Amino acid sequence: MAVNPEVAGRSYPPSAPYVVSRAKIAEFAKAVGATDEVHFDPEVARQRGYADVIAPPTMAVMISQQGDANVMTDPEAGIDYSRLVHGEQGFEHHRPLVAGDEVQATTTIEKVRQAGGHSMVTMGTEITTVDGELVTSATSVVVIRGDENA
Amino acid sequence: MSEQIEAGTVIPGRTIHVDRATLIRYAGASGDFNTIHWDEQFAKSVGLPDVIAHGMWTMGAAIQPVVDWLGDAGRVTSYSVRFSAPVPVPYDGGADIEVGATVKSVEGDAATVDITATSGEQKVLVRARATVALKSA
Repeated sequence: MAVNPEVAGRSYPPSAPYVVSRAKIAEFAKAVGATDEVHFDPEVARQRGYADVIAPPTMAVMISQQGDANVMTDPEAGIDYSRLVHGEQGFEHHRPLVAGDEVQATTTIEKVRQAGGHSMVTMGTEITTVDGELVTSATSVVVIRGDENA
Repeated sequence: MSEQIEAGTVIPGRTIHVDRATLIRYAGASGDFNTIHWDEQFAKSVGLPDVIAHGMWTMGAAIQPVVDWLGDAGRVTSYSVRFSAPVPVPYDGGADIEVGATVKSVEGDAATVDITATSGEQKVLVRARATVALKSA
């Protein structure tokens, strides 16, 4: 089933506040093979001018996808999650995510287009602190594969 | 980074190995437990050649040579990729990803870096680009 093009432009409420922890940063950093001590040692981070250890550049996806989940579960969008493929991902960091940040993600559907029997959904997600400071702007494109048997 | 940085400067690349344990670790760390990343039987049942790596793992791993060259992960100010092919990760031997990076342009204290990532002969990331700060903020 094709994604409903009429949901383009739709914005969703912010995700529940998420507290970025030192432990999760270290775990995520290790999982992507990051060795920069700035993810593991608060003293190193402070010497470089950060308040605490900082997240690797792609860890923001953990938060942006909490906002994107609203799109996946919107019955009017009609996204078949089992046919979803991640097409593109981008992050613009206004500053690094730092341990102790309490953040939430607000997602807007920027574009829905159909091509070759597939639907492509572009989502723009702003990660802000609960105080309203913009930390990261994320963009993701998901492809919902068409049903070959249709 | 003592040498002059200019368009064409090559950032040292590397071969990154991925096996099933890598994917389990990433699933746990990221919370992405999609079955296609750890259950071979399921992955094959939906038409994939094998378990495939999380695209976000590949993206996260492929920026590390740039981070090491910069000396500070916080200097990656933007990073975007297109996932052009899945990375199958066989039970036996896993897979290797060849990552390369080149400075595309320099403007003041900021540089744009193009990143390549291939597995086998297949490009697994395309239009992979980061902007980085060459000095501390």
